[in-house]
Amino acid sequence: MRITQGCFSFLPDLTDGQITAQIQYCLEKGWAVNIEFTDDPHPRNTYWEMWGLPMFDLRDAAGIMKELADCRRVYGDRYIRISGFDPSPGWESVRISFIVNRPKEEPGFRLDRQESRGRNIRYATHAYAAGRPEGERYG
Amino acid sequence: MTPVDAIDLRREYEAVDIASVLGQLDEELIGLAPVKTRLREIASLLLVERIRQKMALATTFPTLHMSFTGNPGTGKTTVALRMAGILHRLGFVRRGHVISVTRDDLVGQYIGHTAPKTKEILKKAMGGVLFIDEAYYLYRPENERDYGQEAIEILLQVMESQREDLVVILAGYDDRMEKFFQSNPGFRSRIAHHIDFPDYSDVELLAIAELMLNEQNYRFAPEARDAFERYIAIRKTRPLFSNARSIRNALDRIRLRQANRLVSRLDRILTSDEVMSIVAADVLASRVFSGGSDGAGQGP
Repeated sequence: MRITQGCFSFLPDLTDGQITAQIQYCLEKGWAVNIEFTDDPHPRNTYWEMWGLPMFDLRDAAGIMKELADCRRVYGDRYIRISGFDPSPGWESVRISFIVNRPKEEPGFRLDRQESRGRNIRYATHAYAAGRPEGERYG
Repeated sequence: MTPVDAIDLRREYEAVDIASVLGQLDEELIGLAPVKTRLREIASLLLVERIRQKMALATTFPTLHMSFTGNPGTGKTTVALRMAGILHRLGFVRRGHVISVTRDDLVGQYIGHTAPKTKEILKKAMGGVLFIDEAYYLYRPENERDYGQEAIEILLQVMESQREDLVVILAGYDDRMEKFFQSNPGFRSRIAHHIDFPDYSDVELLAIAELMLNEQNYRFAPEARDAFERYIAIRKTRPLFSNARSIRNALDRIRLRQANRLVSRLDRILTSDEVMSIVAADVLASRVFSGGSDGAGQGP
């Protein structure tokens, strides 16, 4: 099951040219760009691992694409996303976030139903991949 | 884009408008004839290269890294800024900004500090020009554990693999750069254009002084001009002479003395002519005439 999180996730995967253009858009807006990765695809997992520090004061997307290539080389089997942070409100707020890399196989989620008091039902989503230890979840 | 067979050279030349950049260079930079000639040559080369790209004849991206050698104050940084403009107009760098750094910005202070620092600067310079002033300080042969070597290796790698993303310009004094290249042959082979900046002659220095004053709406009175001519002749023989930079510092001090002279007599009506003029006394009060070195903080 294909994970849909952040911008563009219902579209086919972005090509490197399209990613470059998106990053360039962020930089021209004056946003800081950050690369993050994870292998826990649960939608409530908002805190992904950072690949280096957020990149401030850049002018051209080439440097970030280089970092993305490095990140893919190490964590090519995980989800990688790029976020753009807008500092203009006085704090850093996420303006854009999109997935730029995903595992080859995405096994999807199991839905657990639990009957509780009365006729209430509690639901939990459980990623099949998360059953294995971190780092061994994909491939 | 489909390759084309014929291109109107004049239209292409006017489209990128390098003529105006080069013209501006001629107007604003005095002297430096060999530098201007080289810039013209490089600009022509790049124009032809651009046309070759359109005709699908260019096979590889040209190497554009440069080294600027010359004494202090001969205009290396100024020309680097212009170079970025030319490269940007011709489409060889995407953004055309200049990041000017020295050893401190690239080399870290402890193990593991250098690589992220250098990479950070390189990322900032992507799409533009990285100007490394006094590049030879990167390499310290007397200390084999110096972290400069690490920065050099990262630089060399990026200069080779990301040639289309950034242009590196190394600058520094003639003899030391020569030694630097000898001990780092990798740099010499990756640099396509070596440009040597000559010292300014007395006449050129005077013209520079007048240009600087003009920009700030000042002017020499005729005797002050003669006095400044003599000032240049003496200042050149003194230590720490740094061409146009020394001239700028001297003018700053002359303006100080002029202001002081004007303020010393309060009870009068001041005309704009008086405020603009620099008289001989302002120049002659310099310590250079009495055998001093005139001012501390001259810089290298």
